[in-house]
Amino acid sequence: MTAQPTDIATYNFAYLDEQTKRMIRRAILKGIAIPGYQVPFASREMPMPYGWGTGGVQVTASIIGPDDVLKVIDQGADDTTNAVSIRAFFKKVANVAVTTDTAAATIIQTRHRIPEHPLTAGQVLVYQVPIPEPLRFLEPRETETRKMHALEEYGLMHVKLYEDIAKHGRIATTYAYPVKVEGRYVMDPSPTPKFDNPKMHRSPALQLFGAGREKRIYAVPPFTDVVSLDFEDHPFEVQTFDQPCALCAAENVYLDEVILDDHGGHMFVCSDTDYCEKRRADGHRGHLAPETDLAPGNMEPAR
Amino acid sequence: MYVAVKGGEAAIANAHSLLADRRRGDRSVPALRLDQIVEQLALGVDRVMSEGSLYDRELAALAIVQARGDMIEAIFLVRAYRTTLPRFGYSSPIDTSAMLVERRVSATYKDLPGGQLLGPTFDYTHRLLDPELAAGADVAEPLQRTGEAEAMPRVSAILAREGLIEPDGDMPQDHIPGDITREPLEFPMARDIRLQALSRGDEGFLLALGYSTQRGYARNHPFVGEIRIGEVQLELDVPELPFAVPLGTVRVTECQMVNQFKGSAKAPPQFTRGYGLVFGQSERKAMAMALCDRALRASELGEDIVAAAQDEEFVISHSDNVQATGFVEHLKLPHYVDFQAELDLVRRMRAEYEARENPPKAEEKKDAAE
Amino acid sequence: MDIAAQSIEGGFADPVFNAQTVFRAVMDAMARPGTVQPLPALARPPAPFSATSGAIALALCDNDTPLWLDPALHASAAIGSWLGFHTGAPLANTSADAHFAFVATPAEMMALDGFSQGTQDYPDRSTTLVLQVGDLVSGTPLLLEGPGIETNATIAPAQMPRHFVEQWKQNNKRFPRGVDIVLATSEGVACLPRTTRIKTMGA
Repeated sequence: MTAQPTDIATYNFAYLDEQTKRMIRRAILKGIAIPGYQVPFASREMPMPYGWGTGGVQVTASIIGPDDVLKVIDQGADDTTNAVSIRAFFKKVANVAVTTDTAAATIIQTRHRIPEHPLTAGQVLVYQVPIPEPLRFLEPRETETRKMHALEEYGLMHVKLYEDIAKHGRIATTYAYPVKVEGRYVMDPSPTPKFDNPKMHRSPALQLFGAGREKRIYAVPPFTDVVSLDFEDHPFEVQTFDQPCALCAAENVYLDEVILDDHGGHMFVCSDTDYCEKRRADGHRGHLAPETDLAPGNMEPAR
Repeated sequence: MYVAVKGGEAAIANAHSLLADRRRGDRSVPALRLDQIVEQLALGVDRVMSEGSLYDRELAALAIVQARGDMIEAIFLVRAYRTTLPRFGYSSPIDTSAMLVERRVSATYKDLPGGQLLGPTFDYTHRLLDPELAAGADVAEPLQRTGEAEAMPRVSAILAREGLIEPDGDMPQDHIPGDITREPLEFPMARDIRLQALSRGDEGFLLALGYSTQRGYARNHPFVGEIRIGEVQLELDVPELPFAVPLGTVRVTECQMVNQFKGSAKAPPQFTRGYGLVFGQSERKAMAMALCDRALRASELGEDIVAAAQDEEFVISHSDNVQATGFVEHLKLPHYVDFQAELDLVRRMRAEYEARENPPKAEEKKDAAE
Repeated sequence: MDIAAQSIEGGFADPVFNAQTVFRAVMDAMARPGTVQPLPALARPPAPFSATSGAIALALCDNDTPLWLDPALHASAAIGSWLGFHTGAPLANTSADAHFAFVATPAEMMALDGFSQGTQDYPDRSTTLVLQVGDLVSGTPLLLEGPGIETNATIAPAQMPRHFVEQWKQNNKRFPRGVDIVLATSEGVACLPRTTRIKTMGA
């Protein structure tokens, strides 16, 4: 091979060709019109592996325009490697502005979290979804689950949740906790912790879900009822933490456990890094916060 | 003191330059050229073309060297490129009976029109490592055939004259062949769609499934009716022109498996067929594909579905190695948000368990329950 | 201008970004029924096909989407060849085969249930109707509720189909099957997805 790149392989602008974008855009419109219903779409191979956000990337690539400001998070953080990689992909192929500031973003692509800062009208939250079918682990066959959705036959899901209660005294599902959308379709919220489920309910933002490997797109329009499945005697409840964030002292947020040493020392910090940094910039200090802090939004190593 | 980890971007860049370094290896060893890979690792190139669903030897060779020889990674590279290419049209069906044959064997007839033609095969080589090859010994130029080759009708056509084998599957007149790269899969699927999925399916997965049918998991009594490898013409119908436009030739391997069949409520006793067709030279893949195709025709032929190889949704949903590798490998991405949720649940349940197993004394009871 | 020239002129000046602009307007309108998403005139199709309807066709239609044109549009050979040239979309054999239906005179259009409603298994396989209406303020006011609407919203599209409110109630009842409507005016677009419930004002 010569050192000069050859023209052996070239790629389209914004990676997806226009025909693919049209196909995905049509699926998105149907998804919005039928909240919670999984629209089949001819998912393409993307230049990142299946299971690493190809569905979310295809949705984002199909909606994004030159005026958009993109934020990408993984586990709530902007600087996890896969979030960095996806953000860099869009910077490279679509030349869009990127941000870590939740409030400044017009499109937020996420894996496993909904930001703590409340979303607003006009924002679009794009979820990366591994297994879009909420009934999949109860019934592995697509032919069967499709029938169940068609007939609104969700008894199996209630039986599963009830068996949990009988066996464990509680519903033992902590993430990807199933929801019912607008009183019709049972939907998988993607593997977000159930802590985030209430944020989906009547959110002012448009929520789009992309599952690349499984070839499904679905949506929750703004101000749409999203109700976590539960029972009268066992109402849905979210995780609570016994202590506030060790860095910014925030309460009622989702915390990650960080191991500090090999003697059982640990601390709990915000999983949403942007939220945590903003609070620290505003002067909030947790009990383990360093004296001088990183500048908020600084993506580079502090050296 | 704790400082949150930062610097994902720099870490990724550094990892990729180390990858580039390792890919190149010892600089005193000459770098591979694509033509060397195309010429000398041709079956690897064929597999990448076949499972990458893109007939381009040079790109497949580039993918192999870029992937450091990791075949699934190379297939992935080719697929991700293929998907961006514009679609100009669909070629006419290739005619394998008009193939320029380099290898053709049948296990069902000792001799047949056109004869048995061993071609470039590993069969009957003694698998002894060759020190001369390691020393770079020259290879003699091959002999050239003189005169025209005899016509080679397909074995399935020979059997069909007696009416003992099922005919070629016929699709309705207005049937438009599906395209698994443009439409989401839907179950149950038509055979044209299923064959496309099998043809780009993972060689190892199909091999194991085909093997399982031989060991009694949906045994279907196969004979190799014929395997043929060679070049076929590719033609495109252009509405403005009265004839099909030749685009060139592609090399393919075709396997027609002939299977005994005792008849069912749906079909009379006859020989049935399993079909395999892949880009390039890959007998193993074409044969495994033919075994799986036949097994997957169970419901069409009124057979009981008793084994994995007959289960269309199971086989097709898991045959794509690019999908499989992505999802298996995604487990190494961070999952600590969900793990935290599970950790919390297990801690609570464990505390309850401990409280049940070792009931605290009356005065301690209140604390433990919280 | 002859038909051949008309069919070639009037496409997107910048196909990638124009298509994105039109799609985002339709997406936002579909996500927030009752809002009007402004759109500049990005396409110049032959009359009576409107600039907004034409832009929607360019943004969303291609050879995978059979189209149905109402008699007013169908009568113009120039419109058919304009759509063919710019989108490659085939004309649907019947309204029930159409992925998209374009309607220039909604007041005279056929009943909504004459279009594909999708199936219970695949409710997405339904026709999306694009209706050219004069404006969204001079018709009978429609009070809207449903997903995408915080409390309620009002639009008053002019020249809507006959018995529209009654027809739309029937459309709601078919959920999850049903058609979705894009209302195209010279100002922009508004949408009525099948989830939107309509109450006439004062009714």
